[in-house]
Amino acid sequence: MSFDAVSQQPKLLYLLQGVAAFAAVVALILLALHRGPVRRRAAALILLAPALLLLAVGLVLPGLRTLALSFTDGGGGTWAGFDNYVWMFTDHRALVALRNTLAWVVLVPLTSTAVGLLYAAAVARSRFRTVALSLVLTPMAISFVGAGVVWKFVYAYRPAEAGQIGLLNQLVVACGGEPRQWLVDSPWNVLFLIAAMVWTQAGFAAVLLTGAIRAVPTELTEAALLDGASPRQILRRITLPSIRPTLLVVLLAQAIGTFKAFDIVKTMTGGQFDTGVLAHEMYDQAFRYGETGRGAALAVLLFLLVTPFAAHQVRAQRRTG
Amino acid sequence: MRFGARLALAVITLAVTATACGTPQDSGSRAHTTADCAPYARYGEHPGTKVTVYAENRDREADLFEETWADFADCTGIDVQYEGDGEFEAQIQVRVDGGNAPDVAFFPQPGLLERFARAGKLKPASAGVAALAKQGWSADWNGYATVDGTLYGTPLVANVKSFVWYSPKFFRDRGLSVPRTWTELMALTEKVAASGVKPWCAGIESAEATGWPVTDWIEDVLLRQQGTHVYDQWVAHEIPFDDPRVIKAMDTVGSILKNDRYANGGFGPARSMASISFQEAGAPVLSGDCAMHRQASFYAGMWPKGTEIGPDKDVYAFLLPGDDPAGRPVLGGGVFTAAFADRPEVRAFQEYLASADFANARMRKGPFVSANRGVDPANAATPVDRLSIQLLQDPRTQFRFDGSDLMPASVGAGTFWKGAVDWIGGASTRQVADSVERSWPSR
Repeated sequence: MSFDAVSQQPKLLYLLQGVAAFAAVVALILLALHRGPVRRRAAALILLAPALLLLAVGLVLPGLRTLALSFTDGGGGTWAGFDNYVWMFTDHRALVALRNTLAWVVLVPLTSTAVGLLYAAAVARSRFRTVALSLVLTPMAISFVGAGVVWKFVYAYRPAEAGQIGLLNQLVVACGGEPRQWLVDSPWNVLFLIAAMVWTQAGFAAVLLTGAIRAVPTELTEAALLDGASPRQILRRITLPSIRPTLLVVLLAQAIGTFKAFDIVKTMTGGQFDTGVLAHEMYDQAFRYGETGRGAALAVLLFLLVTPFAAHQVRAQRRTG
Repeated sequence: MRFGARLALAVITLAVTATACGTPQDSGSRAHTTADCAPYARYGEHPGTKVTVYAENRDREADLFEETWADFADCTGIDVQYEGDGEFEAQIQVRVDGGNAPDVAFFPQPGLLERFARAGKLKPASAGVAALAKQGWSADWNGYATVDGTLYGTPLVANVKSFVWYSPKFFRDRGLSVPRTWTELMALTEKVAASGVKPWCAGIESAEATGWPVTDWIEDVLLRQQGTHVYDQWVAHEIPFDDPRVIKAMDTVGSILKNDRYANGGFGPARSMASISFQEAGAPVLSGDCAMHRQASFYAGMWPKGTEIGPDKDVYAFLLPGDDPAGRPVLGGGVFTAAFADRPEVRAFQEYLASADFANARMRKGPFVSANRGVDPANAATPVDRLSIQLLQDPRTQFRFDGSDLMPASVGAGTFWKGAVDWIGGASTRQVADSVERSWPSR
């Protein structure tokens, strides 16, 4: 659609008014808080204003509106009190989404970091490090939607007598088993979705951890070797403690990303077969069922769940930085 | 030097991209004589105006729509800007909330149209559109675009869902004939099963809409067993979702779909249908691995390339029979137009869409079915389209809209579909019907 500035004039005018009002408020706050010379005050205002403006327009205002919507019913019209929050913890479907999100948030960061760590430890000092890292990083270059489609094919089901089109069932059949509907049988299907997410995330962990492992001083490992430590002992007693801050950042970043997992679920099962997660359920409620209030309540819950992780990560980074 | 070269390359790339984006798209204005424009004279002249249309049809379907109204647009001077979006049902809400409502939207579900009508976003149909609606469609059809006695739009597309696709050759080779009653259908089913072929094939996988083919089955059987009155009560929730009569209809469907002897031909046990997409589920009809596939008229477009449709071709369809051989219970679906604006050019476009001329012109371009009384079955692109139009125009036909499209979206597009998936997966009828009943919104 083309953007017609003339027909959009009233909206642009509103926007302009909003921006002006906001700038005035920011100026007042800064004037009140800052006690430096006028010149420095002006500089602070100019430097801060764009960031604050974007935060307010793009984050704070929509956030407050979502919070308000979460206390209204379906169409977002009438006040519903805490109904939506009660629904969230009593409705079977919402509870399944909560359970699955918990499984995702526990399993994805742990598994992908573990896989990434083992991979990093194996290739960190190897000659083929660059090639090995680019290989494991390739899945990250694929979008989540792409990864979902790829893994949907891996899990595809065909009857035993027909030709298999899914890799996993082909392996099962080759070993003499019966093909299974991996994405249908609950609750195991959740694990199969998680596997797809881990596949996309392990590379990220591997690359960061390789960097951290290579930053561990060689004197330490050499000294340990001279003292007769086994490779396993070196990994446990020297490498792991040295890369702890990076490990934590990787885990937290992945936990935050996992909370918001949506694309993989949408492309692989559409939230069917009890595989829904919070972000996907939020979308379904708000946009497919027109239950804006419930969708907003789920969004608020998601925000509350992510906040401690994000806060901790900021603190951790401040310490390491 | 190398940096300079790179910079130059980047600038050139950027400039070329920008020019490409900025090239105005000529929307195909062709020379027209006044004679070509005669049929469009009644819609008036609206030079320099623009009507935006938003719908879920993309690619070829969108092209066919645009080709159909190209003459109308040229003759009236209205620039019809069509936008197709596969996420229509979710995005229309975002567009309207964001103050970017299209002038005209094609709603694939009456429930969605009703939601916007109740919110006061839609404009009531003009007198001209209302007159065309009355002339073109039955009261049932117009009722789906009517909210609290006010007509908001007109039907655009119609689908007949109660078809059973079969292979005429398979039937001929085994001496089977098209059943005229439910009893004959079940006898046919048993006969095919006894010969070692699973009689039915089905697939219900359809991304987040997984399960809908089962809900269509249940609605179709309820309509046949209990008639239109009970069906209407059930859809409007005047009787509970888990009424004993509904349980009976579900069990009847279950005796076919949940029966490993009868389904799922070509794909294994009955519950395999959860993994099979509805588009590919009918393919075993062609290979002789199943005898029948109950699916809507639009399934005509999902057969593998080169499949011929007709009474003596590769595949054809018959109406799912009821108890009475003379009855014509037809379950179907449809798309409705409604407008978010009431400028003169928008009304003119709505009137054109509501005319039989539009439906006939669209049918001549490719597969399309309209329930408009004025369409000529001879214009149908495929034999099944023709059969659909004949059924829709048959006075004996008792047409009912797909119930899941009329129920509140959180049930009709949520718990009912999900319940259907659980049910195929092994949950009991009672358990599933109760859970859907409990999920019905109280307001």
